[in-house]
Amino acid sequence: MGRYRDNPEAIRTLVDDDRVHRDVYIDPELFEIEMETLWPGTWIYVGHESQVPNPGDYYTTLLATEPVIMVRHDDGSVRVLRNRCAHKGTRVVSSVSGNTGKFFRCPYHAWIYRTDGALHGVPLKGGYDGTRMAQSDSGRGLATVRHVEIYRGFVFARLADDGPGFHEYFGDSLSSIDYMADRSPAGQLEVAGGCLRYLHDCNWKMFVENLNDTMHPMVTHELAAGAAKTLWAGQRSDVAPPMAVEQLAPFASGYGFFDQMGVRVYENGHSFTGVNFSIHSAYSPMPEYDRAMVAAYGQERAKDILGTVRHNTVYFPSLTIKGAIQAIRVVRPIAVDKTIIESWTFRLKDAPEALLQRTVMYSRLINSPMSVVGHDDRHNYRSIQEGLRAGGNEWVSLHRNFDPTETDHTELTTNGTNEISMRNQFRAWAKFMTPAGTPAL
Amino acid sequence: MAATAVTDDQLIRFVYDEARMLDERRYEEWYDLFAEDGYYWVPLTPDQPDGINHTSLAYEDRLLLGIRIERLRNGPAAQHPPTRCHHLLQTPEVISRGPDRGEYATRTQFHYTEVDRDEQQIYVGTAYHYLTIIDGHIRIRLKRADLLNCDAALPSIQLFP
Repeated sequence: MGRYRDNPEAIRTLVDDDRVHRDVYIDPELFEIEMETLWPGTWIYVGHESQVPNPGDYYTTLLATEPVIMVRHDDGSVRVLRNRCAHKGTRVVSSVSGNTGKFFRCPYHAWIYRTDGALHGVPLKGGYDGTRMAQSDSGRGLATVRHVEIYRGFVFARLADDGPGFHEYFGDSLSSIDYMADRSPAGQLEVAGGCLRYLHDCNWKMFVENLNDTMHPMVTHELAAGAAKTLWAGQRSDVAPPMAVEQLAPFASGYGFFDQMGVRVYENGHSFTGVNFSIHSAYSPMPEYDRAMVAAYGQERAKDILGTVRHNTVYFPSLTIKGAIQAIRVVRPIAVDKTIIESWTFRLKDAPEALLQRTVMYSRLINSPMSVVGHDDRHNYRSIQEGLRAGGNEWVSLHRNFDPTETDHTELTTNGTNEISMRNQFRAWAKFMTPAGTPAL
Repeated sequence: MAATAVTDDQLIRFVYDEARMLDERRYEEWYDLFAEDGYYWVPLTPDQPDGINHTSLAYEDRLLLGIRIERLRNGPAAQHPPTRCHHLLQTPEVISRGPDRGEYATRTQFHYTEVDRDEQQIYVGTAYHYLTIIDGHIRIRLKRADLLNCDAALPSIQLFP
C-alpha cells in the first residue's frame, strides 16, 4: 500500500492555500486515485452532439481511462455506453467513428446490442438456459453511463453515481459555452476541420494550469511570437497583417496586457482569462459575418456576443474552450506522466466559411505537434516533469496575488496575472479526490 | 537554364539537395528554394483534400516558414540542445513533366528521423514535390510530406519531414 490510498488526510495535506506538493504531478498512485475518484466524480467532456447526427452514428473515446461509445439511439437521444462486451470484455467498436445501424455486434462471439446498450441476442441462446447469465451483469448488456447531460451540443458525463448535479458543478461558467455557440447566427456549432492529437510526456494538470497561466506567453513564446512580429515589421505597413501574424503576434504581448485582461474563477475549479479583452480581440473584422450576426440577434446582442472574446475557459478537469475562435482542447490522461491533448474546431452554423478557416489556422499554428508555440509549451511541461524530482524543495509556488479572503467567494474576478485560477483548480482537486463521506481534517 | 532543358536527373538532384539542406541546418538556403507563392504541407489525415478547411500538422507559406526559421535561428529553450534530423530518400520518381508550362512533379519515399537529446523519432512517408522554373532555377510550388502515421497522437516534430 502506498502513501495515499485510503488516506484522504494525506491527500489534503498536498494542497496548501498558496502552494501544492510535487506529488500531485509525479506520484503514480495519485494518478490512479484521480482516475478512480476525481475524474469519475466530476462532469467530464465526452464529445459534441454534432459528431453523431443520425441514429446509429457513434464516436468512441476514453473517459478517464475507460473506453466508451457515444451513440445516437433510434429515439434520437445521445447515449454513452461502456465500450466493453458484456461477455468477455472485448471492445465492441474499434473504429473512432462510424454508423452501426440499429445494433452493435461484438466481433469476438457476435453478442448483439441495441444502441441503448440492451442485449439483443447471443448465438446458441439455449446454452444459457438454466444459467444465471440473464440475471448477471452480463445479461444487462453494455453498461450505460447513467449521468449524461448535453449543453448547447456539448456532451458531458459523470461516471460515478454520487456527485454534484451538472448545473451545480459548472454554475455560471457555462456562459462561456453560450457565448461560443451564440457566435453562430443560428446558435449552433458543428464539429469540423479534423482533430489534432498532441502527445505530451507530462501530467495532465500541467497542461490545464497553463491554459490560464498569463505570465508565460511573453517568456515561453517570446521567440515564436517575436519572429512573427519581426518578419511582418520588415514588410508592408500600409496593409493589415495576414491572419497568421494576427494570431501569433499577440502571444508576445507584455505583462500589462495580460494583467489587464482579467481572470474570473468559479467553484469546482473552473475559470477563464480574458474578462475584458484577450489575444483574440484585435482580429480583422469580417463584415459579411457581422451583418449576419446583427440580422440574427439585433445590434445590441450581436455586439455583446462579438465583443466577448474570452481567452481560455477551463472546465475542470477535462475541457478547455476558446469561444472567441470556436476551438476546444480536450484532456485525455494516459499515465501520471503522459497526456494526449485533442484539439477540435467548429463550424458556426450559418456563418461564412472564412470563420472555419480562421479556427483551422489557429489550431494548426498553436496546437499541432508541429506548432512552434506547441514546441515551446511541451518543452516546459516535460522540463517540469523532470525538474520536480530535484530535492531541496518539494513544493510548487502558487503565491502570486494570493489573498486569504479569496476562498470566501463562489465567483471572483481579479487581475489577469493572478495565480488564483491554479489555486482554484487545486482546491477542487482536493475536494474531488476526497469526496464527502471521508473524514474531514 | 531554359525550362525545356530540365532533365529528370536535375529534378532528382534537386530533391536530394533539398533534403540535404534540412539535414545540414541550412534553413535560409532551403527557404530560398520556395517560389513566392510556395507552400510546405504536412497533412493531418490520409487523402486530406486541402489545408484551408481542414487542420494540418503544418501548412506553411513563406511567411510562416520564415517565422519558423527565425525562431530556430534565435535558439528557443526547446532547441537546447538543437534538434537534429535526417532524411533517408529512395530515388525520386518524376511523375509529371510539363516543360511547356514549366511544371514538374516528383514522388519520393522517405524515412525521416529526428533526434532530441536521448529521444529518437522515426517517421515513414511519401513526399511530393510540385516544382516550377523561375529565372532558370527549379523552385518549389508545393512540398507535401505524407506521414504514414499522420493521424496518430504525436509528440513534437520540431524540424521538417
